[in-house]
Formats: sequence, C-alpha cells, structure tokens
Amino acid sequence: MSMIQTQKLTFEYIRRDEEGNVEGITRAVDEVDLDIKEGDFIAILGHNGSGKSTLAKHMNAILSPTEGTIYVAGMDTRDDEHIWDIRKSAGMVFQNPDNQIIGQIVEEDVGFGPENMGVPTEEIWKRVEESLKAVGMYAYRKHSPNKLSGGQKQRVSIAGVLAMHPKCIVLDEPTAMLDPQGRKEVIRAVRALNQVEKITIILITHYMEEVVYADKVFVMDKGSIKMEGTPKEIFSQVEKLQNLRLTVPQVTLLAESLRKEGMPLSKGILTVDELMEELKCLLL
Amino acid sequence: MLKDITLGQYYQVDSPIHRLDPRTKLIGTMVYIVTLFLYRNLTIYLIALLFLAMVIKSSKVPLSFILRGLKAIVILLFITALFNLFLTPGEPIVSFWKFHLTKEGISNAFFLCVRLIFLIIGSSLMTLTTTPNQLTDALESLLGPLKKIKVPVHEIAMMMSIALRFIPILMEETDKIMKAQMARGAEFDSGKLMKKVKALIPLLVPLFISAFRRANDLAMAMEARCYQGGEGRTKMKPLHYGMRDGLAFLIICIYLTAAVVLGKYFALPLLFFLG
Repeated sequence: MSMIQTQKLTFEYIRRDEEGNVEGITRAVDEVDLDIKEGDFIAILGHNGSGKSTLAKHMNAILSPTEGTIYVAGMDTRDDEHIWDIRKSAGMVFQNPDNQIIGQIVEEDVGFGPENMGVPTEEIWKRVEESLKAVGMYAYRKHSPNKLSGGQKQRVSIAGVLAMHPKCIVLDEPTAMLDPQGRKEVIRAVRALNQVEKITIILITHYMEEVVYADKVFVMDKGSIKMEGTPKEIFSQVEKLQNLRLTVPQVTLLAESLRKEGMPLSKGILTVDELMEELKCLLL
Repeated sequence: MLKDITLGQYYQVDSPIHRLDPRTKLIGTMVYIVTLFLYRNLTIYLIALLFLAMVIKSSKVPLSFILRGLKAIVILLFITALFNLFLTPGEPIVSFWKFHLTKEGISNAFFLCVRLIFLIIGSSLMTLTTTPNQLTDALESLLGPLKKIKVPVHEIAMMMSIALRFIPILMEETDKIMKAQMARGAEFDSGKLMKKVKALIPLLVPLFISAFRRANDLAMAMEARCYQGGEGRTKMKPLHYGMRDGLAFLIICIYLTAAVVLGKYFALPLLFFLG
C-alpha cells in the first residue's frame, strides 16, 4: 500500500514587497512525483535550497500544495477534515531539537502528542514508556531536556512523535545540528524503528553517509527529483552527484579513483567494510 | 551576572509539603498573604510565624536555603525602614537636625519590614516545593471557571510553561551573543549608566530576532504534534486531591480562624513593649 503519493506536486513561495505587491515567485517544489510504500526507509538528498524541506512539510500538511496533489495514507492534505488524521499518521521531526521540545521533563514532552490527541491518562503512560524505550532514552525520563546532549534531545523528539503511533515518520534534517556521535545515535534509533516497528521512514538530509541504509534514495535539486534508485545505484554515479553539489562519502570517492586507475572494483561502494572485502579478494 | 537570576527555583526533596496538590499550596499561600495584611498588631505575626515555622519544618527545605531568597531585598528593606523611621510625622522620641525618630515611625517601619519578609518567605516556600509545571497546572485548574467568561485560561497556562521552559535556553543564547559581541570589542560592564544601557542594544536585537524564530519553529512543531488548544486534551499527570490535602485545608482553616479571631480580640500592640 502507498504511504505517501504525490502527483505533479508543486509549491511556490510568493515574495511580496511592503505594499503587498508580488515581487517574485520561487518554485521550491516543481512537479514532483513520488510513491512511497508502507514500511520503506526512504532518503531524500539535496543541498541547501533544493526544496527538500518544503517537500517534507507537505507530508505533514503544514504546507498545502500550490498545484498537484499529495496523498498521505490515502488522504488528500488539502482536505481540512483530515488534517489531524494526517498529522497522526505522519509524524514530523525537525532540525533544531531545542525548538521542538515543549515539556520541561523528558517524559512530559513525550506525552505532549498523545495528550493533544485525547488519549486516556493510563494509555499515555504506557505509550511514553514504550517510545522512550524504543529510542533508548528511558533512563532519562525524569531529566530536564536542557541537560541532555543534542543527540539525546533529538531522540526524545523522535520518541515524542513515536508516542502518537504514526505509520510514518518524516525527519527533516534531524542531524544537521549534531556532532558525529549524536548523528550516529539518531540514525541508529531511526533504523531500529524501521526494522523493528516497521514504521515508514522518510529521512531528509544532506549527509550521504546517512542514506547508505535506505531502501531507496531520491536526489533533489532546484525543486525537482533529479535521481532515484537504491543507494548503490545512486552512488555509482559519482560525477553526477558532484554536479548536484553533493559530497560523496570518502570511501566511495576512493573506490571510484581506484577504479578509474584500472582496479577492477565494482561500482557504488558505500562502506569501508565493502571496500575492504573487495580489496582482499583482489590482493590475496 | 545572568546566572544569579533564579526564577521559581525548585528544591528537590521528598516531603509532605512537596507531595501536596499544587492547588492546595496555591490556595494556602493566598490565604497566608491575605492574613498578613489583616491587622497591624503583634498577635497576627506571632500566629503567622508559628504557621510558617510549621510549614518550613515539614517541607524539609533547609532554613538557610529559604533565607537566601531574602538577600535580594536586603537593600530594599533597609531603605524602607530608614525612610519610615525618620520621615513619619508624629510624637518624636529623638530628634536631630531635620529628622525625628517617632513612635509612629518605629511602628510603621517594623510592620512594613515584617510584612515584606513574611511575604517573600511564604511565596518562595511555595515555589521551592512546587515544580513550575505543577504550578501552571494548578493555575489552569483554579482559574478554570473564568473560561465561562471567555478568558483563555488554558492558553495562558501553556504560555507560562513554555516561557519557563525557554528561560534557560534564551539565557544561554544571551551569553553566546554577549561573547560574540565582546570578541568584536563590545564592552558591557564598563562606562557610565547611559553607555551601559546603549551597549545592550546590539545584544537585545539579535536576541529578539532569535526568540521570534524559535517561537515560529515551536509553533510549527506543536501543530505537527496535533496541538489544537485545550479542547479535547487529556492530561498525562492529572491533579488529584488526596487525604493529605483535606488535612492541609483543615490546618489552613484553623490558621485563618485563629488569625482573624485572635488578631481582633487579643491584639498585642507593638508599642506595648516600647512603653
């Protein structure tokens, strides 16, 4: 079943001057066709200003398309009647962890979503416990979010979305403000949710290393989708990626240079382990 | 400089006072404050002192910690006392130059200071034993009837709790901006008052801009998590009155009656001691 489906989705930002006259129109998303299946781990790549965050905001009905349609779990986001159902089925995690934590204690923040949905008190406690355990933050449930590290805060935000029992979680550059350690923590938690809880994940990022584990990768530039395929297919086109101003993982670059020099390596090597294996086969 | 501000400080310890329903504590504090302003005689302050001592004892908060809150008002107390002692017209006891120490002055100064001290101790005792969240929940619940006359009680409580959550974040941000400006040669602690005030402008402008940006992000995050106002919301930690609260209300009632009756019929005038 389709979790998210878009047809010729277009969104325009209209800039106005002080009198309210239209100064210019920016097409942030330009006729995007997507079909995301339930249970998939999808990554959307793109440099700054490629329209990937704007696209993400459509999946939670925060923005409404200028043209075209987007269906989330079969519901049209322009339909006001379904707006809260859409937000229940597609949770959203934002970039800055400080600006999305509402509670003053970790467990209270995780309970915020279910409280808004009118879930009975006992059920809230159950959900909070489950969600915090799923992201490995249960030990911190009584802490103040201000005292946590960036990666921990972002995992609390994910737990907060998880407690709403969504079918799908959209993560809009969740690791952009984190250190390498925090990035690892968050990506590990996200992968676990996809594999254990079978939740559809849409990860928006500009770090190539994070999309290695995705089922499918979309690369965006200037509002439209320029490339799509498995991580292997995408990463085997190093030059095209560089033209789209994306930095390819170092291992992939190294393998690519070696291949160009005549080493018989396969295309699209993504991890150090993979390269090690191939080199071992070649040299031993 | 900014780290000295300790708004609504909470003292973490397990005590009967901490476990009381926040509404009980809020009502108790209100009653206590009202009694302080009922009469001007010694009896009422002796009763209040007794009540206060009892609450402090059972709250398990160290007395030194509570008295620390008074530091902030020492200067205010001193000036108030001085002005009242010497500038109140009445029967002079000692006079020098233009100033007269009067009986009325002594009594005014005494009552004002005692009231202020009792007020600060009483209200800080409440914030020391109640988390800010419990406090906003209590306010929301107690002001609930005002919803009927279209007062946005839930929204006010939500704003208060968000403001409290963002105080440390904005302080950190202020510190960051200050350091960034200092790195470029700005001075915040030197110069005359006017210069100091002017130095704050390049600090406040970026702070406000960032606060607005944060507010925007937060509003979006709240909407993404289905926040749609107080209607149809359930509570993760609903407030419950227990047996303990019944007992507390009984004590508050006894205190109030004692204060009203004894304060009126067994009034000990302050000047009784002065002769």
